[in-house]
Amino acid sequence: MSETSRRDLLRAIALSVTAGGLNLEAAQHVHRLVAQARTASGYEPKALTQHEYKTLERLADLIVPADEHGPGAASAGVCEFIDLLASQNPQLLAIYTGGTAWLDSAMRRRAATDFVSAKPEQQTALLDLIAYRKNKSAELGPGIQFFDWARKMVVDAYYTSPEGIKAIGYLGNTAVAKFEVPQEAIDYAIKRSPV
Amino acid sequence: MFQVAPRSTVYDVVVIGSGAGGGTATKVLADLGVNVALLEAGPMIDPAKDFKEHMWPYQVPHRGIGDGGLGYFGPTPWDFGYFTTTSGGWQLPGEPYTVAPGDKWEWFRSRVVGGRTNHFGRIALRFADYDFAPYSRDGLGTDWPITYDELAPYYDKAESFIGVTGSQEGIRSAPDGIFQACPPPRVHEILVQRAAKKLNIPCIPSRLAVITKPTNGRPACHYCAQCGRGCVSASNYSSSQVQIFPAMETGRVKLFTNAMARELITDDSGRVTAVSYVDKITRAENQIRCRSVVVACGACESARLLLNSKSSRYPTGIANGSGHVGRNLTDSVGYSLGAHIPALDGLPRHNSDGMGGMHVYIPWWLWDAKNKEFPRGYHVEIGGGFHMPGIGSFNGICSRHEGYGQDLKAAIYDQYGANVSFAGRGEQIPNPHTFCEIDPDVVDRFGIPVLRFHFRWTDDELKQARHMHETFQAILETMGGTVTRPKPNFLGGEGISMGGEIIHELGTIRMGKDPSASVLNKYCQAHEVKNLFVADAAPFVSNPDKNPTLTIIALAWRTAEYLAQEMRQGNV
Repeated sequence: MSETSRRDLLRAIALSVTAGGLNLEAAQHVHRLVAQARTASGYEPKALTQHEYKTLERLADLIVPADEHGPGAASAGVCEFIDLLASQNPQLLAIYTGGTAWLDSAMRRRAATDFVSAKPEQQTALLDLIAYRKNKSAELGPGIQFFDWARKMVVDAYYTSPEGIKAIGYLGNTAVAKFEVPQEAIDYAIKRSPV
Repeated sequence: MFQVAPRSTVYDVVVIGSGAGGGTATKVLADLGVNVALLEAGPMIDPAKDFKEHMWPYQVPHRGIGDGGLGYFGPTPWDFGYFTTTSGGWQLPGEPYTVAPGDKWEWFRSRVVGGRTNHFGRIALRFADYDFAPYSRDGLGTDWPITYDELAPYYDKAESFIGVTGSQEGIRSAPDGIFQACPPPRVHEILVQRAAKKLNIPCIPSRLAVITKPTNGRPACHYCAQCGRGCVSASNYSSSQVQIFPAMETGRVKLFTNAMARELITDDSGRVTAVSYVDKITRAENQIRCRSVVVACGACESARLLLNSKSSRYPTGIANGSGHVGRNLTDSVGYSLGAHIPALDGLPRHNSDGMGGMHVYIPWWLWDAKNKEFPRGYHVEIGGGFHMPGIGSFNGICSRHEGYGQDLKAAIYDQYGANVSFAGRGEQIPNPHTFCEIDPDVVDRFGIPVLRFHFRWTDDELKQARHMHETFQAILETMGGTVTRPKPNFLGGEGISMGGEIIHELGTIRMGKDPSASVLNKYCQAHEVKNLFVADAAPFVSNPDKNPTLTIIALAWRTAEYLAQEMRQGNV
């Protein structure tokens, strides 16, 4: 569909509907505000300390790094989401204060430094242990449990952000006059399918 | 604004409940010139304000999981997710129900104009001809007092008015109707169709109450897949937007919101003369006088109202001489299974939103099979596609893949939209252990006695759920998927949905020819009370493998026409 006809359709729907709903302009406005807040250096954490927050930022970027589809987790606002929720819930806050402290103590034992100051290869060596259930042990148990939380929430926050939605390639949540399925996608699946 | 009616006002009809049944009755009666008072136990709904259609998750700071990450730790107040439209809940504060010891039952109740039609799956299936004569066919259950042919004209009216997608297929278990064009199948649905064909299972265009061409002033669907959030353009069916708001424009409908019916008041002759209700905001007691009443509170809530309307003439509840009010309760059999389908990995990105729900479905295909291990059948609903990402969308991949970094991100990208799932919805046959009654010890916050539920599946349903698993596994494996869920011990009660969970509860005020074994006649008019009608799923005699909404609408339409005619002729 051409951009003009799409606009016409959206306008038509917006008119046929009273206020609210298809509020794309408002959505874009929010999007811009969020983007501005981030570039205006230094979100002030509400719940985590600066050190905990920096540790979380590094961890988030290790979980979802930048690639050709989109930026890394930290610059997509993932840590702000986690910090905000933690500021509203002591139980969640304890998971992150405890978890980042665990990362530091585990790293100190291995490399005599805290997590965020360790070398990238030291950081990934630790994650290679705690990112898998099969490594469960008395020493690693709490780290594995924390990492499961962090991975879940970082992935959730990333793919519900404007950057993450773009990165995953979701192209919907829009009004179209006719629903069509591209032949290219049908052919792709049929070629790979046993039926 | 809505006013409390002066005591002297006598309405032609009081309709209690504003869901599919009450909405239909209200619209049909108002169009026929009848003055209606419509009682709804919840507030007004304002689509422009209340619907979260087209919102992105990042437009809410908590992205839908709730403040403090509520949903990570347990249930949220939003039973179907933060973005789903206002509709009701599994628990309502101050309005309890009880369940007999050892039994399990879940009851979803709406308290809002439009009731559950605000959120429902829009699936709109006709019952088959044989569904009206189940006892004659296999000796189980009870026959309806009406035939398919008697209801068919009302299915026609319902489909024409609300708009239903579909195609002419000539399949006996899924009668053809008056359909609008169904949008084409999505990629995963094409794979399901190919696998089903190989297994000799039909998979046909969906019958959803979604309009694909402008209908009665409503614009066609714009294919955002968000029917469950409520549709601001009313391109799907909800009784609020499609029936009640237009009916109010006739000037013949007075809507009373937050009005919780307490009991039906009768005179010495046994006729209903008024409905007593409590204003939930002020807790003031009120009565609305009427010439007749249409009860459409939802099957169990309607039974509760009748059972609570006791008098010396009706000591066990109004219209309950047969003792059948609350009996014959059923829900649909539910079971779901999904798998990752590798053929869909890395699928070229496109907008697969479409209607809010599947574009193809599997109607019951073994209606004529001999020697089945269970009676009756089920239909199959299909899930998959590129959904708008939300909290939890990638839990499955994270849990399967583990790890982190580029590897994990690539797996998420690759497997997004590569999951296909099936949900079966099958027929439960009424049994003597499944019913609701008044709990003698408990009242709600308005002092209204509450329901106590008894529920039991029989082996017929358990075997049916097992058959669902086997079918779903066969289709998924034919598509190249691997089912990782171990097969539940169905005969031990595992796997099958909990009673009430599918929200197709019905049968509690059933119709029938025999007044000693039914409550209503073939027009859903009480055998014992000529000006008492029921217009939800309570009159259903059986619960076939088709979701009840379209039949509620058709039956309510027929009931309302009959009522208007009887009033005109002075019989009611």
